[in-house]
Amino acid sequence: MKQLLILSGKGGTGKTTIASAFIKLSVAKAYADCDVDAPNLHLIMAQNSEPERTDYFGMPKAEIDVDKCIECGLCKENCRFDAISDENGFKVDSFACEGCGVCEAVCPADAVSLKPAVAGELMLYADNNKVFSTAQLKMGSGTSGKLVTEVKKQMKTAASADTKLAIIDGSPGIGCPVIASLSGVNMVLIVAEPSISGISDMERIIKTAETFRTKIGVCINKHDTNSANTEKIEEFCKEKGLPFTGRIPFDPEAVKAINNGQTIVDVDCPSGSAVKEVFNSTMKLLFKESDGAET
Amino acid sequence: MAMKSKGVKIAILSGKGGTGKTLVSVNLASIAEKSVYIDCDVEEPNGHLFFKPEKVREEIISVKIPVINESLCNGCRKCVEFCKFNALAFIKNKPYVFEEVCHSCGGCMLLCPEKAIGEQEKPIGKVQEGVSGNVSVHTGIMNTGEASGIPIIKNLLNESILDKELPVFVDCPPGSACIVMESIKDADYCILVAEPTVFGVHNLSMVYDLVRLFKKPHGVVLNKCLDGENPAETFCMENNIPILGRIPFDNELGTLNSDAKIAARESKRYKALFSSLLETVMKEVRHETTVNPQR
Repeated sequence: MKQLLILSGKGGTGKTTIASAFIKLSVAKAYADCDVDAPNLHLIMAQNSEPERTDYFGMPKAEIDVDKCIECGLCKENCRFDAISDENGFKVDSFACEGCGVCEAVCPADAVSLKPAVAGELMLYADNNKVFSTAQLKMGSGTSGKLVTEVKKQMKTAASADTKLAIIDGSPGIGCPVIASLSGVNMVLIVAEPSISGISDMERIIKTAETFRTKIGVCINKHDTNSANTEKIEEFCKEKGLPFTGRIPFDPEAVKAINNGQTIVDVDCPSGSAVKEVFNSTMKLLFKESDGAET
Repeated sequence: MAMKSKGVKIAILSGKGGTGKTLVSVNLASIAEKSVYIDCDVEEPNGHLFFKPEKVREEIISVKIPVINESLCNGCRKCVEFCKFNALAFIKNKPYVFEEVCHSCGGCMLLCPEKAIGEQEKPIGKVQEGVSGNVSVHTGIMNTGEASGIPIIKNLLNESILDKELPVFVDCPPGSACIVMESIKDADYCILVAEPTVFGVHNLSMVYDLVRLFKKPHGVVLNKCLDGENPAETFCMENNIPILGRIPFDNELGTLNSDAKIAARESKRYKALFSSLLETVMKEVRHETTVNPQR
C-alpha cells in the first residue's frame, strides 16, 4: 500500500479540499484524517454507516489524595510543568499535567497516583470495502502526535490486503502531529498558497519533511490570487529540484461545493478540472519506482 | 473601580488554520495607538513578515535534556523504568537518551541513585523582539524537526513583557490543543476568527467550547464574507455569540495580505474598518472587565 500524505504548513491552504478530491478520483479504499486537533474530512466524505468509536487514552494524569497529603510541597517544587497549585490544598491542573510521574516519585506520603485519562476518540468508518480512519482530540489535550499514530495504525489494520493507495489528510504546522503523520508515508504533497506567509510556511514544512527523506511534491492552490508569488514558488521548486504537480485556481464554486458536502470533483468547476491534473501528476510521482531518475 | 483597558491582553484564535488570525491581529495592533503584538504560532510564525520589525533582539530558547555520565552509571535502569515517554534506554550495557521524545521533566536525574545524570541545554527555537512603528513585535520561532513549541510560548508570554500599560494582541496557533490553551491562558478577552464554510463552522465550534471551558469572554469576527448565506454567522446567532465585525472577501485586501502588507497601514478603507473593529472590541473588553472585575 502506497501512502500519500497531504500537508501545507500553513492552515487553510486547501489540504482537505484537495484530499477529498483525490479520494474521489482515485476511488481510494483507505483514507485518514490526521488533523486530530481540527478534523474536517468527515464533513465532506459522507458515510453511510455509524463509525466504530474507541476511546483514546493519552498520557495518564496525576491525582493527589487529599487525605494522605501531608502538604510538604515536594510535588509542586519538582513539577516542571507548573501543574500543581497549593491554593486550598495541593491540586493537579490536569491540562498542564504531562503525566511524567515526578510528583508520584517524590511524594513521601504516597499521596499521588497516575490515573489513565481519555484524551480523545478514534473513529473508524468501514463500508463498501472502504476504510476511513479519523479522530478527535479532546480540547486542550496534548499528545496529539500519539493520536495521529493511532489513526494511521487503525487505517492500516482495517484496510484490506489489496489496497494499493491510502490518502492521508495532514494537520497544519510542523510540530508533533505533523512529524507523527510523516513517519512511514511514501510521499508528501505540499499544498502551497501564493502569499508571503504561505511561502514561508511552505519552506518550513519542506525542511521538516526533508529530515524524513520522504518524496515531496508541491502544488499551488488559489494560484491566480497572486501570480508573482505563484512564480516565486515554482522558481523555488525548480531550484530545489522538487517536482511541481500543478496549479489550482481560486474558485468560488469550490466554497459552494464544500458547503454542500461535496468534493470539488463532484461538480463541474474550474478548480475541479485543475485538481484532476494535479492528481494525475501526483499519482505518476507516487507510483514511480524510487530508484528512478528522481534520486 | 479600576477599569482595565490599557494593559488588556487579547487573544486571537480560530481552530481552523488560514481563517485570518494573523490578518486580524496584525491590523488591530497597527491601529492601536501603541501596542504589543505576540506571535504564538511558533510552528509557522507569519506576523513578522507583515511587520518587518527593526532593531530585532533575539534570544535562544532551550529545554533541559539529560546527559548520562557513563562512568557513574551502574546499569540499575531505574531511569529507564521511570521515563513515561520512553526517552531512555539501556542497550548493550550502555544508557541512551532519545532527545526528540524527552519532555524535560527531570525525573531521571532526580531518581538516579548514583547521581550519574545531569542536564544540558538543548536549543529548540528562539524569540525575537523588534519594533514596527507603533507596535512592539514579539515572535516565537520553533526549529524545524522539534515536536513542541510550548516552552517558546511560555517565554513569549512571560509577565515581564506584559506588565506594560499597553494593549497586547496574541496571535494564537490553529487548533484547540495544549499549545492553544497555553496561548489563551492569561488572556482577558478572546477574538474568534471564522470563515464562512462548513469547515470553518466546525472548527469555530471547537474553539468556542475551549473559550467557554476557560471562561474567557469572547466574540467573533467573520472573515472572507461573501454574499449569500454565512454558516458561521448562523452559528453565532444560534449560540448568542457577539459578532464584533465583518471583513468582506475582497481582492484588494487579498492582494495586500498575500504580499504581507498591513491593510490598515496601506488603505484608508481598511484603516476605517479595523479602527471600528478595535473600538468594538475595546468596548466589549471594558464591559467584561466591569462585569467580571476579578479578571
